[in-house]
Amino acid sequence: MNINNDIGTTYLITNKKMTLVAILGITLGMSIYIFMNCMVVGFDKTSNDSIFKNTAHIRVFRDDVVSRPLAPDITKKAVIINPKVVPASNTIINPDEVVSLAKKHPDVVNVTPQVTTTMFYNIGKTQVPGIATGILPNEADQMFNIRSTIVEGSFEKLQSNLNAIAIGSGVAEKLSLAIDDNINISSPKGVSKNMKIVAIFKTNNSIVDKSKSYINLSTAQQLLRENNTYVTDINVNVKDPENCDQISKDLKVLTGYSSESWKQANETMVAGFRMRRIVITFISYTILIVAGFGIYNILNMTVSQKINDISILKAIGFRGKDVVRIFLTQAMSIGLMGVVSGCILAVILITLLKKVYIGGDIGYFPIDYELTKFLQGIGVGLIISFFAGYLPARKAAQVDPVSIFRR
Amino acid sequence: MNILETHHITKYFLEPVKFQVLKDISFSVQKGEFLSMIGKSGSGKSTLLYVLSTMDTDYEGKLTIDGEMVTGKSLDDLAILRNHKIGFVFQFHYLLPEFSCLKNVMIPALKLGKYSQKEIEEQAYQRLDTLGLRDQALKPASKLSGGQQQRVAIARALINNPLIIMCDEPTGNLDSKNSAIVFEIFKELTSSLGQTIIAVTHDEDFARNSDRIIEMRDGVL
Repeated sequence: MNINNDIGTTYLITNKKMTLVAILGITLGMSIYIFMNCMVVGFDKTSNDSIFKNTAHIRVFRDDVVSRPLAPDITKKAVIINPKVVPASNTIINPDEVVSLAKKHPDVVNVTPQVTTTMFYNIGKTQVPGIATGILPNEADQMFNIRSTIVEGSFEKLQSNLNAIAIGSGVAEKLSLAIDDNINISSPKGVSKNMKIVAIFKTNNSIVDKSKSYINLSTAQQLLRENNTYVTDINVNVKDPENCDQISKDLKVLTGYSSESWKQANETMVAGFRMRRIVITFISYTILIVAGFGIYNILNMTVSQKINDISILKAIGFRGKDVVRIFLTQAMSIGLMGVVSGCILAVILITLLKKVYIGGDIGYFPIDYELTKFLQGIGVGLIISFFAGYLPARKAAQVDPVSIFRR
Repeated sequence: MNILETHHITKYFLEPVKFQVLKDISFSVQKGEFLSMIGKSGSGKSTLLYVLSTMDTDYEGKLTIDGEMVTGKSLDDLAILRNHKIGFVFQFHYLLPEFSCLKNVMIPALKLGKYSQKEIEEQAYQRLDTLGLRDQALKPASKLSGGQQQRVAIARALINNPLIIMCDEPTGNLDSKNSAIVFEIFKELTSSLGQTIIAVTHDEDFARNSDRIIEMRDGVL
């Protein structure tokens, strides 16, 4: 072993109490840092999951168009114009082509068409307003994981029966409906259909549960008196939802239609997530830095205590950088031990918290062992230990032995 | 052969008021010489020793050690030079209290890194043996008596076979018996091993028995 490290280690061992306190500081700082960051990841995952149950990563649709004057140049002549939304249908004209175009994008995982329409659930004279979402059941299930929300009946039957419907638990309660009951629905275009309830889903979002229902795409097209190419939205899922804005722009260019990412659609929520992340990151860094001050303090004290030793070492031929190494060895040993025990403590904390039941649609506490956060914590912990050690070490290296011997 | 030469060394203290401690000092020391520097306190003899030791670099004039110009070298180079060529014995023995005597003796050699750990340990034992401390080797340095600590410090100064051993009041806080032992060791070193010793001392007996005496008075020889 190098003599510098040897001396550093000896100082550590002979000063057990201080070393232990410093290690404890880093341990706590590290574990809280990792723990909180894993928690953020967990929170983000749950929040995103609940969003992605109803929203695709990217939605391609045809936006309403405002009419433009026919005159080529309206600046020179006096033209009276009255711009309005063109009463054109907002169908995507060539859905199959858009789907295949979108599928060619390297980051796209899943593409499925959808028709959404408002409608009424009718039972006798009671009318409850709602939204029917026409889907290709298998594709849509892959995208939104609808099956996981089904509480009664089976979602598979939607695939085989064009007159089947899956309704929200709120709707079922309001109209006291059960599986295999029939219900009449009527669309704004005046089409009315008798449907058979095959499944009831519950998303724990009460607005969705009280209004939404899933039907087959072609049934939705019939409700709107449209042909089988009528599609209002094309839903696209991508590999990394965080990266959706760029892909959304790509798709817009690629297909010529409007596209909207989930971030744009849920701006308030996304802003909330971001705030949460900033606050937790700030707190976790602060804790880690405070732990770094622990190392700094203790090493500063050691340097003051050992000022005679330092002078002696310099007299017998230790260079400034050797002295720096002696004290950096101490700092990094404390840092390393703190980091290791911090990781262990973080694993324990996460394991405990994972078992805590929260309830609602969250279930167990949303936290998991995030390798990247552990690595990040280790890196940051070591960097902080380094600087917390380097400053006192540099002070030690600048000790002038003559002035000490003269005292 | 001159092992150490000074040319017109002048040094000022700036605090609290500007004061000239060393006034144009030129002298040389020969190889194998046992030199004592005496003088009243405040005469500048310790200051001169620190300049000669290369630890104090804030002076005017020139210093050569072993034919090599030392003035103007970087601090790191000076540290290496001290490690190779100079051994120190201080008034307050200044051992590292956390380490065993053996380790204390070994540290300069480990720093030098010329021999393996094992060889160094061997050499350290030899040195301690010569100084009659073999049985104390593994005790922590803080557990030894003053005289023993001083001898350990001498062993440490000797481990790298330095050209020059510099001592600041080597017998300053030792009783007469221990002083005599230390003196005998020094005498032995110069006569048999050809090492040069420069010692600052108040001890007149000590000085009288050395090869040469330099007296400092108000910054001049």
